[in-house]
Amino acid sequence: MTDSISLPIAASTASKARLASRHAAERRFRIYGLLAVLFGLSCILTLFVTILTGGYNSFSQTVITLDFELDADNIDASDIHGSNFRTIVRRSTYALFPDVTTRQDKRTLANIVSSGAEYQLRDFVIAHPDRIGQTVTLQVPMSDDLDQLSKGVIRAELDESERRVSDIEISWFNSLRDQGKIETVFNGTFFTASDSREPELAGILGAALGSFYTLLVTLALSFPIGVASAIYLEEFAPKNRLTQIIEININNLAAVPSIVFGLLGLAVFLNFFGLPRSAPLVGGMVLALMTLPTIIIAGRAALKSVPPSIRQAAIGLGASPMQTLMDHTLPLAMPGMMTGTILGMAQALGETAPLLMIGMVAFIVDIPGGVTDPATVMPVQIYLWSDSPERAFVERTSGAILVLLAFLVTMNALAVILRKKFETKW
Amino acid sequence: MFRSTIALGAAVALTASLATSAANARDQIRIVGSSTVYPFATVVAEKFGKSSHFKTPVIESTGSGGGFKLFCAGLGEGHPDITNASRAIKKSEVENCAKNGIRNITEVKIGYDGIVIANSRDAEVANLTKRQIFLALAKDIPDGKGGFKANDYIKWSDIDASLPNRKIEVMGPPPTSGTRDAFVELAMEGGCGKIKEIAALKKTDKNIHKAVCQSIREDGAFVEAGENDVLIVRKLEANPNAFGIFGFSFLDQNGDKVQGSLIDGKSPTFENIASGAYGVSRPLFFYVKNDQAKTVPGIREYLAEFASENAWGEEGYLSDKGLIPMPAAERKKYMSDAKNLTTNIMM
Repeated sequence: MTDSISLPIAASTASKARLASRHAAERRFRIYGLLAVLFGLSCILTLFVTILTGGYNSFSQTVITLDFELDADNIDASDIHGSNFRTIVRRSTYALFPDVTTRQDKRTLANIVSSGAEYQLRDFVIAHPDRIGQTVTLQVPMSDDLDQLSKGVIRAELDESERRVSDIEISWFNSLRDQGKIETVFNGTFFTASDSREPELAGILGAALGSFYTLLVTLALSFPIGVASAIYLEEFAPKNRLTQIIEININNLAAVPSIVFGLLGLAVFLNFFGLPRSAPLVGGMVLALMTLPTIIIAGRAALKSVPPSIRQAAIGLGASPMQTLMDHTLPLAMPGMMTGTILGMAQALGETAPLLMIGMVAFIVDIPGGVTDPATVMPVQIYLWSDSPERAFVERTSGAILVLLAFLVTMNALAVILRKKFETKW
Repeated sequence: MFRSTIALGAAVALTASLATSAANARDQIRIVGSSTVYPFATVVAEKFGKSSHFKTPVIESTGSGGGFKLFCAGLGEGHPDITNASRAIKKSEVENCAKNGIRNITEVKIGYDGIVIANSRDAEVANLTKRQIFLALAKDIPDGKGGFKANDYIKWSDIDASLPNRKIEVMGPPPTSGTRDAFVELAMEGGCGKIKEIAALKKTDKNIHKAVCQSIREDGAFVEAGENDVLIVRKLEANPNAFGIFGFSFLDQNGDKVQGSLIDGKSPTFENIASGAYGVSRPLFFYVKNDQAKTVPGIREYLAEFASENAWGEEGYLSDKGLIPMPAAERKKYMSDAKNLTTNIMM
């Protein structure tokens, strides 16, 4: 008898058709979802490929090996800083092609070497004063145009009028390359220098440090305030109309466009309190205001996820509310809070709009040494380079984006690791 | 873990507050102003910072108008020392400065900048007159019956049969930009004067004349592309129909991608702009607060660097960046003004 049991509904053809169409709808629904995911992935892939192909060039630099005669006529041992290194560099460059005599050609020839060479030589002599009077061989960067030629961005096969490098410069370049004087090396300057108007001398260290100081201030302000607010609102505040209004406003604040915080910073921190312009201190304060809602919301969610039984057990054993919080609830909620904070920091790291109003969108060459020194941040540096006329800044822009992305990925990975490591499943 | 976090937070906060109290008198020049002068001022600032013992000046690109607003807001450490401008200071701005106690200002002209109308190298070089530029971009044009009508030219060839058979599509800077002001003043108003009906209007109704000459069409033929000139160059490369309006330095750097149109028969070359033959060029300036030169170290030295032949001379490094040098006599005058901080703005 048992084997004769069959479902009577499955027999009708109408119900079979219905079932088939339901299955088809189910499959379609999944395909839509899959397509959405694939679309998102392909967008990200395109973005990464574009930036990578555009940016990897910025990590290499074309350099030329030159002999510099450090004669006493041009170098004053008592005042090395003010000595005439320009002439020495010029002389070494002219010596490459002694047959170049006209004024115009000599000027062009002098420009194949970066204008930073004289400062590099000066720093070398300051570090090695005993070498004055000798001839030294140094690798100095070539000008941005020849660097771009060497990397194939400026194409030699174009007509002379259509490219920035003249025929004679290309012939010089080829002859020097055949002599083995030109090399492509890792671009250390990109990581050790600050902003410059010469692409071959520009680096991101200044902006990276600016970002670091800014985030330090942001963290120092928004983490304690955010955690304290979350604790009070979640654990101690009475549930009444006032706390409801506060709650709604915190959620609204998280959606306020960031430029508004910049205007607030300009009006309050700069104009009213008279804090210095372009300083990471003010930038950090503005960004702290911006990240506070994120931290408070994440903190409250983390506290909420700690089961009430933990609190009840602690209270039941005679712990005070503060002891319960400090010894039990908060340590358990901490991974969630940290995750929220790191995500808030990552958001702050990528922000430019609020910094525009407080003067951090500026050309700053000196590397900041503290939170009150003028500084800029990495996304601002990317913006400034993207707006520069020199062609070589295009790859520098992509290079800086790569570095910023590396930072963001690291921070997000840290958030994931923290969550995985300390998270408790109930 | 939690306690150590608190300790870290406290330490960080303490460091931050200590650093704040260390802030004292400003030892760094602060400069604001025009985005057109920014590429030149930054080069000078960098050289100055590297070759002297002073700190490198901090330069913000705020636009000419925004620069004067900050510059004239007051004297003292909280306000910039120098503002760059791609146009001369206006009377209202001088008055605003005077109202806030800034009476001694030195104006220094640094050179010239040409404004170019460029298109992609894939298209033909255009040969435009100012009159044609006006007719292509003005909001209202004469209707031939003594009145005005909304601009209805769609293609360049509708204006003049010699122009390309392409849709009018021009990308240019927004009204906040000094480049836009200069373009309107030099190209649009210049073209305006070539049209009889409008020239006649100047005698009868100045306000309408001004409105007609300065209004740019808003029906999509002129696109405001923001202050980012690199973006305009990229868009031109992708669209051979389009023209873009920007400063000469961007044409100079991107000569393999875009070409400058001839205006009134002259092409926008370094030589033509320097000699004044190319009609759409403007002077660039910066303005210094003389009183602040006493308190902020390095201002005089920065001016000396800027006003040296090595920088703004005919073969100086600024000309490599696309600045068109002034004639020698003018250079001499402004060099002496800069050196002596001569107040040359009439209050």
